[in-house]
Amino acid sequence: MVFFGAACVETFIQQLINGLTLGAVYAMVALGYTMVYGIIQLINFAHGEVVMIGAMVSFSVIGALVAAHTGLPAWAIVFAAAAAAIPVCMAVSYLTERIAYRPLRGAPRLAPLITAIGISIILQQIGLMIWSRNPLAFPQILDNRVFHVAGATVTSVQLAIWIVSILMMTGLAAMVYRTRLGIAMRATSQNPQVAGLMGIDIDRIIAATFIIGAALAAIAGVMVGTYYGIAHYTMGSLLGLKAFCAAVLGGIGNIPGAMLGGIVLGVVEALGAGYIGDLTNNWFGSNYQDVFAFIVLILVLVFRPSGLLGERVADRV
Amino acid sequence: MSGTRPLLEVRNLRVAYGGIQAVRGIDLTVGAGELVCLIGANGAGKSSTLKAIAGLLPVTRESVRFDGEPVGGMRAFELVRRGLSLVPEGRGVFPQLSVGENLAMGAYVRTDRESIAADLARVFELLPRLRERRNQSAGTLSGGEQQMLAIARALMSRPRLLLLDEPSMGLAPLVVARIFEIVVEVARQGVTILVVEQNARLALQVCHSGYVLESGAVSLHGAAAALLDNDAVRRAYLGE
Repeated sequence: MVFFGAACVETFIQQLINGLTLGAVYAMVALGYTMVYGIIQLINFAHGEVVMIGAMVSFSVIGALVAAHTGLPAWAIVFAAAAAAIPVCMAVSYLTERIAYRPLRGAPRLAPLITAIGISIILQQIGLMIWSRNPLAFPQILDNRVFHVAGATVTSVQLAIWIVSILMMTGLAAMVYRTRLGIAMRATSQNPQVAGLMGIDIDRIIAATFIIGAALAAIAGVMVGTYYGIAHYTMGSLLGLKAFCAAVLGGIGNIPGAMLGGIVLGVVEALGAGYIGDLTNNWFGSNYQDVFAFIVLILVLVFRPSGLLGERVADRV
Repeated sequence: MSGTRPLLEVRNLRVAYGGIQAVRGIDLTVGAGELVCLIGANGAGKSSTLKAIAGLLPVTRESVRFDGEPVGGMRAFELVRRGLSLVPEGRGVFPQLSVGENLAMGAYVRTDRESIAADLARVFELLPRLRERRNQSAGTLSGGEQQMLAIARALMSRPRLLLLDEPSMGLAPLVVARIFEIVVEVARQGVTILVVEQNARLALQVCHSGYVLESGAVSLHGAAAALLDNDAVRRAYLGE
């Protein structure tokens, strides 16, 4: 078997590094799915499009700042892009909740689900109208320094993605488990009616949940854009579906589960893409990368529907 | 009723589920500082009345007055801010939040940290069991402890009027007695209480006055002692 050789150890480490990067992005997006599901049991299929809008806004900002020759350092430009993408995504997500989902509160569950698919299509078309149908290439501004680790390489962009996502997820966990807002979010997800009896305005908590998820999605969008160097108005749909798989893998509604599910899915996907050629005698190539997320989804639904960290199906946020 | 200022006035309260009238024009008054019970058979409309007062069911604006102001139709979270707090039937603790977090949610409408801490200390003094278990998730408490937590949590909002829906439900007699001791103690500390109770005898023994509900309407009301002596009440609700 080939993959016991030294070259294969290197491939393994390299794919692990790539997978952890991808997984960090999936985790950030999966959190948005899982938080919204935990609080209103809605699978917000438009969430992937929020990531796309984050990537697109950051593309526009980076492009404008580069064209203006501001002399700003590259990290400051990317920071400015994120600072622009975050409020835009928050606004988009808040408005979809306010306009499309809130009027359907109390409606049969299928109604908001179908609405979410509709919102997803609308947001894609808005992306198409603003940013054209062509793939957009990000200007290469970050000098992608390469570090060598045990025969594999880590780029500075990958390191930045890890650091930022660890900071964001730590911050989110602190918010959800320590602050008054976070406790109110968990209370609302466990029993919205009683949360109302505590004086909690449930609609505000739900809006806050969408907004927080959107901020994470915006940052994920900036990450994906700068990592792959490309953005497209349809990029959100597949990314969103995979992040949804990650959320289900971790246990939908479970916040640590979404983080774990995202990382695991990213690693599975990268290793799968790295080895599928060897394993199938080159019948399938790494272009089958996208299939792994859905294989994982099916396996989870068959063998452990509550997900890795979901103890019971009713265990939310 | 006694000569105290009415804190809660309910006039011609009606609640319907679909086409079925559960509450058909109830009038009741709770004076400030009173401990009043609402008794009646299953399905008489006791819980519906309480839920309607607390803002969980739609009612007309004028049918509920709290502290002189019409509050009917306001949502529950707005009423809590005005000082009207409901302990729901079945307790409704947040099972996966800790006892401390449940109590913190009770104080959600307040921002004055110092007085919240002082109230927490008072609650723990009244219910030391909750202090021992403050870091335990509420779902692991016994039924009686959960009921105590639910009452304590409601007190954390500093209510002027506390509504209790079936506090004895599903609890052993000894625990029920303890719960009612707590209710009396809370009332003695100046909180006005309206309690819905299946256990009519116990309720009438501790309350100042009572209302008897029958098919969604008040059939009798008066001082609790008088109701305890009333032949109709004795036959229908006290099993004599």
